[in-house]
Amino acid sequence: MDILVKAIDVSKNFGPFKALDQVSMEVARGEVACIIGPSGSGKSTFLRCINLLERMDGGAIWVNDALMGYRRDGNNLHELSDAEISRQRRRIGMVFQRFNLFPHKTALENIMEGPVQVLGEPADQAREHALSLLARVGLADKANHYPVELSGGQQQRVAIARAMGMRPDLILFDEPTSALDPELVSEVLDVMKDLAASGMTMIVVTHELGFARNVANTVTFMEAGKVVETGPASEVLSAPKSPRTAEFIRAVHS
Amino acid sequence: MSTADGMSTVDRSKYEIAHLKLVPKRHIGRTISAAVVIVLLLALVRAFSVGQIEWSYVSQFLFAPVILEGLVNTLIMTVAAMVIGIVLGVVIAIMRISGNPVLSWIAIGYVWIFRGAPALLQLMLWFNLALIFPTLGIPGLFEFRTVDIMTPFVAAMLGLGISQGAYTSEVVRSGLLSVDAGQYEAARTIGMTQRKMLRRIVLPQAMRVMVPPIGNEVIGMVKLTSLASVIQYSEILHNAQVIYYANTRVLELLLVASFWYLVVVSILSVGQQRIERYFARGSKSIQASM
Ligand SMILES: Nc1ncnc2c1ncn2[C@@H]1O[C@H](COP(=O)(O)OP(=O)(O)OP(=O)(O)O)[C@@H](O)[C@H]1O
Ligand SMILES: [Mg+2]
Repeated sequence: MDILVKAIDVSKNFGPFKALDQVSMEVARGEVACIIGPSGSGKSTFLRCINLLERMDGGAIWVNDALMGYRRDGNNLHELSDAEISRQRRRIGMVFQRFNLFPHKTALENIMEGPVQVLGEPADQAREHALSLLARVGLADKANHYPVELSGGQQQRVAIARAMGMRPDLILFDEPTSALDPELVSEVLDVMKDLAASGMTMIVVTHELGFARNVANTVTFMEAGKVVETGPASEVLSAPKSPRTAEFIRAVHS
Repeated sequence: MSTADGMSTVDRSKYEIAHLKLVPKRHIGRTISAAVVIVLLLALVRAFSVGQIEWSYVSQFLFAPVILEGLVNTLIMTVAAMVIGIVLGVVIAIMRISGNPVLSWIAIGYVWIFRGAPALLQLMLWFNLALIFPTLGIPGLFEFRTVDIMTPFVAAMLGLGISQGAYTSEVVRSGLLSVDAGQYEAARTIGMTQRKMLRRIVLPQAMRVMVPPIGNEVIGMVKLTSLASVIQYSEILHNAQVIYYANTRVLELLLVASFWYLVVVSILSVGQQRIERYFARGSKSIQASM
C-alpha cells in the first residue's frame, strides 16, 4: 500500500494542556480517512499540525515522503524557512468550517489566486482550470459573484474548488458542513463524494457519520488528544471495539 | 369582552383610520436651531463686510503667482510627507505584529519617540541636524556637508513624514488586526509566503478599515505642512506671510490662504469617498440607520 500521510507520535501542548498526546495515523494514497470525536478532542489541532498551521511539540509527520517542517541533513534536522514551509503547504489543500473565502475576490478569483500567485501559472490557463472546477462543483454561473453574494453551501463548494485548484496531493477538511443550514449539507457532501471517487486523498473531520460510513475507507475516533480507535469505516462505525467509541456513535445518532 | 362577531359589527369604526387627516410630526427644535444659526451667520457676514478687510486685496492676491506657487509647494510637501508616512506606517505596523521580538520592540520604540515630540520641534531638529552630524555619508567613499542636504524641503519632508509614520502605523495595525484570522490561514494553506499574504490578501481587506482614518491624516497633513513655513519652506502660508510683511494686509492674505486650504481639503474629501467605495467591493455596505 502506498502511504501518503504518516504521522508518528504527534504531540501538541497549549501551556500545560495536552491538546494532542502521541497521535499516530496513516493514510494511503487515494483513500478517505474520517476523524470523529467529541468537541475539544484535538481533531482540528491534528489537521492543523499536518499543514503546519500549528507547530508540533513532539512527533513527526510525513506527507508524500517529505518530513513536514524540517529538512534532514545527515544527523541534523534543520527547521525550514518561511518560504520552504510555504512550498510544502502548496501540496496540501484545506477546507475550513467557516469557508474563509477571500471576500474581496470573486469566486473565480478565489480559485485563481493560488495557481497564479503561488504556482506562477499563466492567467488564461488558471482561468480555464478554475472555470472547469466551478462547473464541477455546480457553480459555473457564479464565477463572477463575490462570496457575500453566495449561500453558505455555495461558498463551501467554491472553497473546495479553491483547494482543488492547487492540484494538491491531499485535502484536509475541518468540519466542512458544520456551519451550514441542514438543507445545504448534502450539496457539499455530494461534491466531496465526487472528489473521493476521483481518487483524491482526503482527511475529513466530521460529525456526518453517514458520510463516513458511505465514503470513508478508515475512521479514527479521538478523545482527549488521543486516538482511541482506528480501523476500516464499517468496523469502527458498526462494531466498535471501544465502549467510548460506541457511546459517542450512539450519542451522535440520537 | 366581545365575540368575534360582535367586534366586526360594533367596534370596527374605531379601527378605520384611512379617512383621517395626517398631521406631520413638528420639529420645533430644528426650526429654532435653524433660526439661531441664520442670525449668527448674518451677524458674521456683517462683521466681515464692515470690518477692516479690503476685499479687493483678497481677489487681487487669490490667483497671484506667488500664492499659486506656494499652493503647489504645499501639495508637493503633503504628498511627499504622506508617502513617507504611509510607507513607514506599513513597515512599522508589520514589524510590530511580526512575532519577531527585536523588530517588535524597534517598532514600539519608534512610535514612542516620534509620537512623543511635537512635529514642529522634530522639523527644527532635522533642519539643524548639521549641529550633530556636520557631514553625512560613508567616510572614504562619499561625504556631503549636512547643511547642503538639509534644505528646508528635505528637513520638512523628513520631520513631517517620520512623525506621521508613527501615527499611520497605528492605523495600519488596527487595519491588520481587523482582518479575520481565517483569512491569514486560508492564505497560508494555498502556500503564500508571509509577504505575498500581506500584499494580496490581508492589506486589501485592511484598507477598508484604514482608508477613513488615513484620509483624515492626509487632510491633517495639508494643514500641518504650514509648520514648514517656520524653517523657510515656501509653502502657501509662508508665501502669504512674505506678501503681508511687505504690504501689511495681514487678514486679507490669511483669508486667501484659508480659501485655498479649504479648496484642497474639499477635493480630497470627495476623493476619499471614491477610494472607500473601491475597497468596499465584496462587502455588505453598512449604513447607520437612526
Ligand atoms: N490556540 C489555542 N490555545 C489554547 N488552547 C487551544 C488552542 N487551540 C485549541 N486549544 C484547545 O485544544 C483542545 C483541542 O482543540 P481542537 O480545536 O483541536 O478540538 P476539536 O476536536 O477540533 O473540537 P471541535 O469539534 O469543537 O472543533 C481544546 O480543548 C481547545 O480548547
Ligand atoms: Mg475543530
